[in-house]
Amino acid sequence: MLTITRALHDALVAHARADHPDEACGVIAGPAGGGLPERHIPMLNAARSPTFYEFDSTDLLRLYRELDDRDEEPVVIYHSHTATEAYPSRTDISYANEPGAHYVLVSTADTDDAGPFQFRSFRILDGEVTEEPVEIVDSYI
Amino acid sequence: MAIEVRIPTILRTYTDGAKAVEGSGSTLDELLADLDTRHTGIRERIVDAGELRRFVNVYLNDEDVRFLDGITTKLTDGDSVTILPAVAGGSGLPADRVGGR
Repeated sequence: MLTITRALHDALVAHARADHPDEACGVIAGPAGGGLPERHIPMLNAARSPTFYEFDSTDLLRLYRELDDRDEEPVVIYHSHTATEAYPSRTDISYANEPGAHYVLVSTADTDDAGPFQFRSFRILDGEVTEEPVEIVDSYI
Repeated sequence: MAIEVRIPTILRTYTDGAKAVEGSGSTLDELLADLDTRHTGIRERIVDAGELRRFVNVYLNDEDVRFLDGITTKLTDGDSVTILPAVAGGSGLPADRVGGR
């Protein structure tokens, strides 16, 4: 289960919407071992593509150094799908390299009447995808 | 000659959980071969057919080695090497299937 504040949920949706039709991406960091996402870090999609995302390699190094210095980890790794549902693609699965992270997908596709912004969370471990419930709260306290 | 190598979470199964290990070599290629003698299998996760894998980033100090000499990048004593898998993905649809622009 992913527990996330309403504010962070809305920030991710806003980022996905702002970058549409390109895919948006980023992380939410939290204290290492704590499990709760706290600090939103939008990342640049170096691929600037509607079908692919990749953190810029220099930004990636800076991000991981910063997380390390602050004793944080990437609790959530998110990106958007702009023409398909919010479900991990084969590409997403093959490059998922953080076994402890919640992989959040936001869809900005207007493909059905399910509402404009799907927001779903997954664990991706050794190529296996498991969807998990998302609990949206006002605050963690 | 000691070079510090920072290991990402996903590869710590090869280092008994260690976040950093030491190795030696005058090039990145030699360093990875040296690491593999103590952490068997780690090299193959980083190198394919003699080249760095496309979705594994390797940094010498603050620089992505792709902007240096790739796997033949020269190393000197006291250097720090960081390995980080790319954070990447995407719907992967061919561009002609993405409409609505």
